[in-house]
Amino acid sequence: MANKAYQRVYTKLEGITKATVSLRANGVSNDELAVVGGKLAQVVRTKGDLVTLQIFSGTEGIPTNAEVTFLGEPPTLKVSDQLSGRFFDAYGHPIDGGPEIDGEVRQIGGPSVNPYKRRQPSQLIPTGIAGIDLNNTLVSGQKIPFFADPDQPYNQVMADVALRADVDKIILGGMGLSNDDYLFFRNSFEAAGALDKIICFINTTENPPVERLLVPDMALTAAEYFAVDKNEKVLVLLTDMTLYADALSIVSNRMDQIPSKDSMPGSLYSDLAKIYEKAVQLPTEGSITIIAVTTLNDGDITHAIPDNTGYITEGQLFLRADTDTGKVIIDPFRSLSRLKQLVQNKKTREDHSQVMNASVRLYADAQNAKTKLENGFDLSDYDLRCLAYAKDYARELLAIDVNISITEMLDTAWKLFGKYFSPAETGIKQALIDKYWKA
Amino acid sequence: MKTKGIVTGIVSNLVTVEVDGPVSENEICFITSEGVKMMAEVIKVNGKNASVQVFESTRGLRNGNEVEFEGRMLEATLGPGLLSSVYDGLQNDLTTMENVFLQRGEYTDPLNREKTWEFTPLAKPGDTVQAADWLGEVKEGWLPHKIMVPFSFEGSYKVKSVKEAGAYNVDTVIAVLTDASGADVPVTMVQKWPVKVAIKGYREKPRPDRIMETGVRVIDTMNPIAEGGTGFIPGPFGCGKTVLQHAIAKQGDADVIVMAACGERANEVVEIFTEFPELIDPHTGRHLMERTTIICNTSNMPVAAREASVYTAMTICEYYRAMGLKCLLLADSTSRWAQALREMSNRMEELPGADAFPVDLSAIISNFYSRAGMVVLNNGQRGAVTFIGTVSPAGGNLKEPVTESTKKAARCFYALEQNRADQKRYPAVGPLESYSKYLDYPEIVDYLNKTVEEGWVDKVLAAKNIVRRGREAAEQINILGDDGVPMSYHVNFWKSELVDFIILQQDGFDPVDSLCPMERQRFMLDLVLDICKKDFDFEDFEKCREFFKNLINELRQMNYSVYESDQFWAYNESVNKLIA
Repeated sequence: MANKAYQRVYTKLEGITKATVSLRANGVSNDELAVVGGKLAQVVRTKGDLVTLQIFSGTEGIPTNAEVTFLGEPPTLKVSDQLSGRFFDAYGHPIDGGPEIDGEVRQIGGPSVNPYKRRQPSQLIPTGIAGIDLNNTLVSGQKIPFFADPDQPYNQVMADVALRADVDKIILGGMGLSNDDYLFFRNSFEAAGALDKIICFINTTENPPVERLLVPDMALTAAEYFAVDKNEKVLVLLTDMTLYADALSIVSNRMDQIPSKDSMPGSLYSDLAKIYEKAVQLPTEGSITIIAVTTLNDGDITHAIPDNTGYITEGQLFLRADTDTGKVIIDPFRSLSRLKQLVQNKKTREDHSQVMNASVRLYADAQNAKTKLENGFDLSDYDLRCLAYAKDYARELLAIDVNISITEMLDTAWKLFGKYFSPAETGIKQALIDKYWKA
Repeated sequence: MKTKGIVTGIVSNLVTVEVDGPVSENEICFITSEGVKMMAEVIKVNGKNASVQVFESTRGLRNGNEVEFEGRMLEATLGPGLLSSVYDGLQNDLTTMENVFLQRGEYTDPLNREKTWEFTPLAKPGDTVQAADWLGEVKEGWLPHKIMVPFSFEGSYKVKSVKEAGAYNVDTVIAVLTDASGADVPVTMVQKWPVKVAIKGYREKPRPDRIMETGVRVIDTMNPIAEGGTGFIPGPFGCGKTVLQHAIAKQGDADVIVMAACGERANEVVEIFTEFPELIDPHTGRHLMERTTIICNTSNMPVAAREASVYTAMTICEYYRAMGLKCLLLADSTSRWAQALREMSNRMEELPGADAFPVDLSAIISNFYSRAGMVVLNNGQRGAVTFIGTVSPAGGNLKEPVTESTKKAARCFYALEQNRADQKRYPAVGPLESYSKYLDYPEIVDYLNKTVEEGWVDKVLAAKNIVRRGREAAEQINILGDDGVPMSYHVNFWKSELVDFIILQQDGFDPVDSLCPMERQRFMLDLVLDICKKDFDFEDFEKCREFFKNLINELRQMNYSVYESDQFWAYNESVNKLIA
C-alpha cells in the first residue's frame, strides 16, 4: 500500500461515522480503494465532489486531518498455484508466516458467468452422511447452506463434508470465526493430510466486522482461478454468512439507507445472490460448489437472512438436535437439495427417490403420532410402529455421525420398511417393492 | 442533436447526471467509462439533474464521465427468430456472446440478420391496412409468424407493394405502404416497440371463455386458469414453485411460451435450456424449445435489468398474440422485480411504503397484470396472453406487500404451503386457500360443462367440499382423540385424504403421472367422487385407516400407469374389488 509519487493526498475529512468517512475529492472512481490514516477503505458513494468511503477496519482513532490516498482500483487478489495450502486475512495477506504470493492481479467481485455458458450440474458429491446423500443429495456446482442454531456443530459437519468430498481444492472463507474454530479447521485439515489442497481466507472475531465483506469475494476469486483457468473441481466453504450480512447492515446503516425487514439493507437479496451465484458447473470439467453456514436465531428461518438465503441457494441443510436419540440430525422436513433429482436414480440406484420419499413420509407420520402422544391420546398399532421406526431411522440414517455408501443407505431404509411396515403402507411403486422388499 | 450530460454522483447503480438539454422519463442513455458504453435508464429528473439506473456494474465509473441520451425508451426488437432464443433482460442474445463471463457493455443483436425466412405475402397492393394488420407470413419452426404493419404506425395506410413469395432475411423490405399524406413507408420483418408500453392494435379484449390446460390436476381440475387469464403462485422457498412452473411450461397448451427468469437461480435457467430441446411438446409433437423464448436475468446479473426483463418478456408475448397465437408468460419471480424497484427507490431516498417498498408498487403490479388477456384482433381472429407469476413472500408470510398487491391483480391464486411441502405432498398447492375466480365465470362454467362433462364444475366443488369436511374432521380428531369421535369423522377424514393423494398430489418427476390430460383428470375425479359417495362403516378406526390406505395405494398405482393400459385397468379392477 505504499504511496505512489503522482497520487494526490487529501488531509481534510468532512464527516466521520463508525464505518465511513467523507471528504471532498475529485476524479475518484466508484468501488475504488483508498488508504485513510493508514487504514484500507473503499469508495461507496460520490455526490458532486463529496466522496464517502467505507473503512474496513472501523474509524476508531481516525482524525479529521488523516491522510487520504486513492489507489485507483478496486480490491484485488494475486492468483497463482502458490495459493494452495496457504492461510490469508480478508485482504489476501498471508497470516501463516509464509511469503507473499506471486501471481496475476485480479479484481475481486468480478462479472458473472453468462448463464448460457453454464452446464447442468450432474456430478454427485457423496458425503457418507445419509441425511445428505439419501435425502438431500449434493451435486457439484450447487450452492447450499447449513441452517443451524449457534450451538450446533455446523463447522465440524462442514469440515467432514469437505474432507470426504472428492474435489481438487477446498477454499474456506471464514467470517467472524472464533479463534478456536479457526484452529479447529486448521487442525482437521492438517490431520487429514489435506493441507496442500486447502486455501483459507480468515476473518476472526478479533478482526473488525466490516473486513468480513471482502472474505467471500476473495475466496471466490481464488475459486474462479482454479475452476476456470485450471479446470479444477473447487469446493468453497463460507462460514458464517449471518455475520457477513450483519456487516452489510452496519455499513448501510451508517450510510443512512432505509432498512427493510429485520434492519437489513433493501439490497440484501442481490448482495447475497452475487456471492452464491458464483457456484457454477463450467463446460470444461471445472466447477465451483459452495457450502455455507447461516446461523439462525432459535431456528427462526423467517428472519431476513435465512429467508433471502433460502430463495437464492439450491436448498438448505437443517441441523437439529433429535430428542429421541440424543443425536444431531439433518432434519428431513426442513432440509432440501434442489438439484438432487439430477443425480438420484441416475447416478444412484433406481429406487433412490421413492425410498427417500417413503421414508420421510413415514417419519412425518411418526411426528403426528408423537403429537397425539403428547396430547394424551391412545396410540394405534400403526402409530407405535411409526414411532419405533422413527427412532431407528434417526439413529441409523439421519444422524450426522453416519458414514456409509448410498447403496448401504438404501438397503438400510428397505430393512426398516420391512421391519415395521407392510408394502402398501410405504406407497412405493409395485415394481420396486417386488425387487427390493426385505420381509 | 442528442442531449448530452456529465456524471455528477454515484451510489451503487444509481447515477446522477447533469444534462444540457431535454430528457424524458424512462429515456435510455449510454455512459462512457474507460472506453466502455453502459446502458442506463432515466428514472427521475430534478432540474438539470437526471437520476439514471445503470443496467451494468458501475465499478470504475467516475464523476465527469460523459453521457449521451438516445431520445427513446427501452425497446424490444421484434421479428422472426425470437423463438428458441435465450436473452438477457435487455434482450441481448446470450448464445452469441463468446466469453464465459458477461462483459460489461457487450450488447448483442436479438435477431439473426443473415438467416433467411420463407416469406408468403398475405396482403395485396391496394389494401387498406392499419397497425398490427398482417402483410405476410414466414414459417418460424411450425408456427406461422405474421409480418405485421408496425404497431407504432398511426392511422390507416394503403399497401403500395408487397414482396413476392421467396426467402429473405429480416431486414428485407417486404412491403411499401403509403400514408395519408402520400408518403411511402418501407416495412421490413423487424420492428421495435418500447417494452413498458402495452401493444394495442386489436379490436377488443373480451372476458376469457375457455381454460388453458396444464396437465396439472390441482390446476386444471381444482382451480383452472383461463386462456388469457392471470394467476400467481406465492410460496416460501422449498415449496416447489419452480418445479410447478416448469411443469406448466412443459405441458401448457400454448403456441408460444416465454419464460422470464427474473432474479432467480442461474441453474434453473440452465435446466430449461438443457432439458427443453430434448423434450417434446405433448400438444404438437414438436421440440419444446421451438415454442419457447427464455428471458433470463438471474439474481447475480445487474439489478436494474431485472425490472426490464419482465417487460421485455411481456412485449414478446403481446407481439405473438397479435399474430392470433396463444401465448403463455411465466415470470419467476415477480418479488425479485419488486425488490429491484425497492433498491432503486431506496437509493433515491424516496419516502418508503410498507416494508420499504415504493408506495406505487401495487399500481405497477396491477398495470403489468392487465397486459395479459384474450383479444379479438382486427381481422376477427383470437389471440391470448396467459400470465402466471410466482411470488416469493419474505418469511413465507403472505401478508406482505408484493403478495397482497398481486392478489388484487391476479384472478387465480395457487398458495403453496410449507406444511404440505414438509409432508412431501406435491404440488404443495393448498386446496382450500387457493382459488380460481374463473370458476365463477358463467362462460367458463359453460365451457367446462360442455368440453369435460355435464355437471363438471359441481363435481369440482363437491371435491373441494370433501377436503374441507376432512380438515374439520382432522381438527376434531386432534382435539378429541381417535376414540373420542364418531366413526363418521374418521371416514370423512380419509375421504379427504383420498382426494388429496389421488387428485391433488401429482408426481412431477414421474414420466406418466406428471402430465395428466383433461380426459384422464375427468376419469380419476369421477372415480374418486364415486368412492366418496359411498357410505362406509368400520368396526374401529384402525380398520378404516387400513382400508383407505390400501385403496389409496391402488389408486396411486393407477396414476403411475399409462392411461387405459392393461396395467391401468388391472389396478382399477382391484379398486373396484376393494370398494365392492
